[in-house]
Amino acid sequence: MRQAARRLLEENTVNLVIGYAWGTLPLRTAPFFARTPAEADRLVYNSLCENNLVKYLLRYSKEKLGLVVKGCDARSLVVLLRENQVQRDRVHIIGVPCTGVIDRRKVMELVDGQEVTGAEVTVEGIVVRGEGFEKDIKTDEVLCVSCRGCKYGTPVLYDTLVGEEVRAREENFGDIRAFEALPPSEREAYFAQEMAKCIRCYACRNVCPLCYCTECFVDSSRPQWLSRRPATADNFFFHLGRAYHLAGRCVDCGACARACPVGVDLMKLNRKLIKDAKDLFGYEAGLDPGQPSLLSTFDPNDPERFILGG
Amino acid sequence: MIIRKAAVAKFLDGLLKEYAVYIPRRREGYSEYTPLDPGSGYFWQGLNTQKPPKELLFPHGETLYSYRLRSDGVELRTHFDEEKRVLFGIRPCDAKGFCYLDRVFTRQDYQDVYYQTRRNNTVLIGLACLAPTTTCFCTSLGGGPFDTEGLDLLWVDLGERYAVRVLAPKGEALIKGRPEFVPAGEADWQAVRELEGGALGKMAPVLDLSGLKKRLDENYSDSVWDRVFEKCIGCAACTYLCPTCHCFDLSYEVEGSQGLCVRTWDSCAFPLFTLHASGHNPRPTGKERFRQRVMHKFRYFVENWGVMSCVGCGRCIIHCPVNLDIRDVLRQIIAGVSA
Repeated sequence: MRQAARRLLEENTVNLVIGYAWGTLPLRTAPFFARTPAEADRLVYNSLCENNLVKYLLRYSKEKLGLVVKGCDARSLVVLLRENQVQRDRVHIIGVPCTGVIDRRKVMELVDGQEVTGAEVTVEGIVVRGEGFEKDIKTDEVLCVSCRGCKYGTPVLYDTLVGEEVRAREENFGDIRAFEALPPSEREAYFAQEMAKCIRCYACRNVCPLCYCTECFVDSSRPQWLSRRPATADNFFFHLGRAYHLAGRCVDCGACARACPVGVDLMKLNRKLIKDAKDLFGYEAGLDPGQPSLLSTFDPNDPERFILGG
Repeated sequence: MIIRKAAVAKFLDGLLKEYAVYIPRRREGYSEYTPLDPGSGYFWQGLNTQKPPKELLFPHGETLYSYRLRSDGVELRTHFDEEKRVLFGIRPCDAKGFCYLDRVFTRQDYQDVYYQTRRNNTVLIGLACLAPTTTCFCTSLGGGPFDTEGLDLLWVDLGERYAVRVLAPKGEALIKGRPEFVPAGEADWQAVRELEGGALGKMAPVLDLSGLKKRLDENYSDSVWDRVFEKCIGCAACTYLCPTCHCFDLSYEVEGSQGLCVRTWDSCAFPLFTLHASGHNPRPTGKERFRQRVMHKFRYFVENWGVMSCVGCGRCIIHCPVNLDIRDVLRQIIAGVSA
């Protein structure tokens, strides 16, 4: 990783590499912007690299960039290419095969909410320490829900691949199937509980590479589509609106759910739409820049089960 | 005074006759202040709730007034929240945060009656922090794990009992004549002092912020600003979870001939925060917006009120989606270099 980034900077192939460096807290890495070979030496990559750095691409219009992407991040970049938001020749993609990202909240649950003061990434997982405890946790125990059934750990698109290709996991929508099986009242109660937490900080929207509207519908004041108060119904309106805008586009990177400071379970909505796109239309977003967008294509054979009498 | 832990439920239930009682609660990995469950005596004893208690005095959204157009004029109604409240188990940093909101909303030339009404009707019962976490930095900002500023009572956990320091008349009135309380002895206060020493010993070394104001005064255009914000994604997690951030917006929710004037939190991290009607935005990028956050807390607030508008609770550090650590930012500004 460091070698690849350093070489790109030394040879002036790029003038900025966006990757990850260790953060200031245990269990945290943070986006890092390397402009010199010396800065490239601070780059790291491991199962704690939870942000999707593709978002930052949209901010830099002049620099020639090197960008570190995991498998899912690469898919979001493919969608941006497809939607003409990024010029392919402006970015040198440093792909990293990914075996899954650790969900910090699951780690916190396993240590009963005690403060983790030290963490070490090992081959198989992570060792966390705090006052009076040390726990060895396997990555699979604390994987993000999006990673459990990830088929595309190896980036589908890259210029440089750092590391060995990884095996595809078996698709796993068990969480969504179980949720679909619940009675409507339980599903409604679950969403009410999750939506009540939302503080409308818009971290989910702001970390999402595919949320790039110049003016988000929630920010419009003429007309004002929803109340600025964080009432449950308005929060739900925001999250549903966002989920629908991402239908057939969302690549299940899970960055929004990890970014949420209050732990709203956003992936129930997003993954339901991903599953529907797959089940109804056989569609998976972000696999090939030449692939047409799901919602901009029409096939006479598309199922119409959702239309009354269809 | 002293109260046995076994008597806390009875004491809290007794308050319900006159007050709504709010306690810190954690469920499903999420913590905030919510109404007490009568009879339970339950309150979460971890440190800072994810969501600060700020919204109990300064709600995230509130109706200031409503109106209705009639043939003979306008019917106007103001909405005051006059609930009498006890906030129980509040941490010293959060109580100190209220003192900063007080400065803004109860100043001589600008009296915010909505805030003041709530503030006057609220009693704050603090809980001292015996085991500060590594993200706590209250001692760098003039606070401490046993700090009493803004509190009416401070409770200290002595194991089977709490020692209760009476700090203000509102607190005294709350426990006066209540049979659950007995006078504390010198040994109890000695135990409190030892616990305080222990808690202070667990605090991270104090950040030296003495040169910060001068740096901010002189380096508005410093190159440090070009880099320090770079990973910020412009969400409001830091401002909305901050016990001292107090910027707000007014909007109107209109339906036909009637409507509401609503006040909601706003955040300097949002582009909309300073967007002019003309379309011009004086803070066009994340750089200017992030600088504003730092300047407001550590320069302008100091100029207006003589204190930095940060209590060192650590929420913005813990919950930032990209680990933009304010302690790190301040160090970089003081050093004048980007890390």
